[in-house]
Amino acid sequence: MRHIRRFDTVNRITHVVLMFSFLGLALTGLPLLFNDARWASRLARILGGLQFAGRLHRFFAIVLIGVFSAHVGRLLHRLFIKKDYGILWGPESMVPQPRDLKEMSAHFAWFFRRGPKPRFDHFTYWEKFDYWAVFWGMFIIGGSGFLLWFPWFFSNFLPGWIFNVALLIHGEEALLAVAFIFTIHFFNGHLRPDKFPMDTVIFTGSVTEHELKHERPDAYDRWVKDGTLESLVVDPPRPRLVRRGRIVGTIAIVLGLFIFALIIYAVTSHS
Amino acid sequence: MSARVTVVRLAVFASLIRLTTVVFAVPVVAPSPGNDDCLACHDDATATASNGRSIAVAAKVFADSIHGPMACTDCHADLAHAEFPHADTLSPVNCSGCHADPVAAYGKSVHAEARSAGNTSAARCVDCHGMHDIRSSQDKTSPTYPLNLPNMCGKCHGDAKIIKTGGIKVGDVFAKYHDSIHGKALEKSGLLVSAKCTDCHGNHEIRRKSDPQSGVFRANSPATCGKCHGGIQALYASGIHGSKLAEGDPRVPVCADCHTAHEIRRIDGDAWKLDVLAECGSCHAQSLKTYRDTFHGQVTSLGFTRVASCSDCHRAHDVYPKADSRSSVSDAQRAATCGKCHPAASESFAGYDPHADKHDAERNPPLYWTARFMQLLLAGVFVFFGLHTSLWFQRLLRKDPPPPSKKAGE
Repeated sequence: MRHIRRFDTVNRITHVVLMFSFLGLALTGLPLLFNDARWASRLARILGGLQFAGRLHRFFAIVLIGVFSAHVGRLLHRLFIKKDYGILWGPESMVPQPRDLKEMSAHFAWFFRRGPKPRFDHFTYWEKFDYWAVFWGMFIIGGSGFLLWFPWFFSNFLPGWIFNVALLIHGEEALLAVAFIFTIHFFNGHLRPDKFPMDTVIFTGSVTEHELKHERPDAYDRWVKDGTLESLVVDPPRPRLVRRGRIVGTIAIVLGLFIFALIIYAVTSHS
Repeated sequence: MSARVTVVRLAVFASLIRLTTVVFAVPVVAPSPGNDDCLACHDDATATASNGRSIAVAAKVFADSIHGPMACTDCHADLAHAEFPHADTLSPVNCSGCHADPVAAYGKSVHAEARSAGNTSAARCVDCHGMHDIRSSQDKTSPTYPLNLPNMCGKCHGDAKIIKTGGIKVGDVFAKYHDSIHGKALEKSGLLVSAKCTDCHGNHEIRRKSDPQSGVFRANSPATCGKCHGGIQALYASGIHGSKLAEGDPRVPVCADCHTAHEIRRIDGDAWKLDVLAECGSCHAQSLKTYRDTFHGQVTSLGFTRVASCSDCHRAHDVYPKADSRSSVSDAQRAATCGKCHPAASESFAGYDPHADKHDAERNPPLYWTARFMQLLLAGVFVFFGLHTSLWFQRLLRKDPPPPSKKAGE
């Protein structure tokens, strides 16, 4: 069975670093956001006290900002140096396009058995949402995080109330990101019955030709037609890589679901 | 022992017979017995009355007591002219003959009140001062010497049985005092100036907490504590709490509300810093609630104290309303107050609202509208994707029915 490349090495590493820095940020920020939950104080102490947890939080933030910046740098390189304008529009672009709306409504129709499954291309509408959610989150959470990290500097040219807003946004947006990733993204990417327990493509980088044809028929047909498919054929992932991907993915999913359980516990036990 | 009792009884009988002869004879005033006469019998550690009660008085102990130079009959006045051996039961000694003022003061005390109500465990003079071994309260061996005093009061107020039978309402004061900053200063550090029971409660005239004349009556608390903490008393009196107290407002906190009465702790300990937040919050509930929404409040909520709590910004004793220019959170002083922890704090930095309320559109409009927006965003995302995910899930779970035509589904 032939394997088709979907993510290159840099993108796979980017995702792993993103994953763990995100988990680290969630875990170290959680006690503050849910400070009245029963587990909060214990978690803060397990993390080495709030001061140390705060240092870890800033460390993970730097890592995440680093990996995000590298990704943006890579995009800029593709755009301006390699003149690859395909990332701006078209089937290889992450930019939302009319076909995403059509595919989404077709998908809903399929949920209700009122139509065939949409013929997705390289990126689906929910994948694009997840992707841009990271951009939105990086600017909103990262920006407010910097405000809170260096208030004495920003207060030189910003009014004091901005820090009240920054603290609120930082917490609420983080809650949105964390709860979204650990439920919706986990389900869409890994836990749904046809992927359960996980999709290892983000770790191995490739899918089988059968899977590609079945899940993204438009991309498959397009690549067959223009001959790109042959250039995307790669060796099947080595078993060790698949195993590693499963272990790393399992750790992340378990940790994420654990964090989500803590949030649910905090929200429901709160009067 | 029974032989001794018989002897005593015979002696009493004999003296009664002699008494009848004396009554009908020419009255003769018997000479007052000297201390040596008394000690001839009583300076015997095994001496007991007919009911077995010890009647021993060690000559040395009495001689060393503050009453050493006095005659036994100065106190036991009913024996001044008695025949010997004297009657088993003597009139109670009345200390007021010499100590009129302390006894009069004692008469107004809760101890005297309990005793006249029939409570025999309530303290009398001798219970605190001793009997034949009374020493000056300056004497280091006296139970009323400052370093010994708490243990002396603790004989009853630390004894579970007496607390119960004596109907003592607040029972755990001895243990609490023991661990308090005052108790440790006195007992561990040996500081005579540290507050002991009598400094707050008085000595002879100990009154109930509910008695307006008591040193521990709520409204008297600042004056009582101010006997030692004069500087703090002045700050408190000038602040809003002290001024309101002077106006007779019963709601304001007094010293003991924050510091407690007996288990007063060091104010630099974590436990105290965290507990006092709840104390301020017992009246300033809304302020505590909004404080909890800020980083400062979140950190203290988790049990860490490296952030500002109420008194760090508002001060502890000289608290003024924000509009008062003396207030540490007034417009004029706020930046300097923030600067205590945030050295680079500017006027703009101090524009941060440490009690911002996201539900209050008037006080914090940008925060209010941001909160509304975030609420909508979160609700929107989760409603949409919750629906999307559930529908997808049910579609994947249910197997397709046998296809009527080749076109449908996957």
